[in-house]
Amino acid sequence: MSSGTMWTLVLGASLGCYLLKLAGLSVPARWVEQPYVARTVDFVPAALLAALVAVQAVASEQELTVDGRLAGLAVAALALALRAPFIVVLVLAGATGALVHVLA
Amino acid sequence: MPDAARTAVLRDAIGLGVAVGLYGVAFGAAAAAAGLDAWQALVMSLLMFTGASQFALVGVLGAGGSALAAAGSALLLGTRNTVYGVRLLPLLRPRGLGRVGTAHWVIDETTAMAVAAPDRRLARVAFLATGASVYLLWNATTVVGALGSAALGDTAQAALDAVVPAAFLALLWPRLRTPFPEAAVQRRVALGGAVVALALTPFVPAGVQVIAAVVAVALAGRPRPRAGVAA
Repeated sequence: MSSGTMWTLVLGASLGCYLLKLAGLSVPARWVEQPYVARTVDFVPAALLAALVAVQAVASEQELTVDGRLAGLAVAALALALRAPFIVVLVLAGATGALVHVLA
Repeated sequence: MPDAARTAVLRDAIGLGVAVGLYGVAFGAAAAAAGLDAWQALVMSLLMFTGASQFALVGVLGAGGSALAAAGSALLLGTRNTVYGVRLLPLLRPRGLGRVGTAHWVIDETTAMAVAAPDRRLARVAFLATGASVYLLWNATTVVGALGSAALGDTAQAALDAVVPAAFLALLWPRLRTPFPEAAVQRRVALGGAVVALALTPFVPAGVQVIAAVVAVALAGRPRPRAGVAA
């Protein structure tokens, strides 16, 4: 991706995200508080973040591969279940990924 | 206003800023891994300033996705800030130019702090203190992550590759656990989103499967009367 495209993406997406914030302070509340709109917005993050977890862990372009990322994710899930702090979760996941890379 | 309550609000705001700062390092590193330079990563933190959208944008790019798919996923995650604004309006009552400035700091953390404050004056203090603390640390640590990861070798790069999905999982995790409203339904939607994304991966351009995963929201079912709201 060229530097110009990247800057257009960075600035355009930033403007879009800002306008979404501004809209909340500007549009009539009843537009946003429609039951179906509210329900969709409440659940979009779960669907999207889970999709990102899955794609980041096992997708390489259009292929599904098993490598250190999946091992790191499994360790991260265990750490989160044990209520480890964020930084500990990331360090453990990173160490697992590095270990698999060295051993493989 | 009682001084103790105000002090507690300020202390929590600083604590939250430090916690979010750790995510900033992870974001800066993920941005660098996805091909953004340090300036682009910093400008995103300065101007976009909404963590999940920023992570999504660099995540989709890192997976080989197009600029359009990256922007689309960032905007979809940004819609929840619109709902936050609606909730904050009666608490903050910004006017004129104040609304333009206030909007920039409407994010998960400032909303949670303002809504939890015992009265309107403290809600305003909570919003501003949390906004300032998170903004400062998020941007500073973005630079640290972006510059730090440039010095990484092969093995460290493998470590970073494993950190990115773990960071997304850490963002997702609190939504799946009680006391988050309807945590069981959130888990169902999350599982559906992951399955849809993986099933589509071989067949669609990279990044598109992430956006397509929003169809999993249908698994949440119909709106409930007086449904719980996410903060």
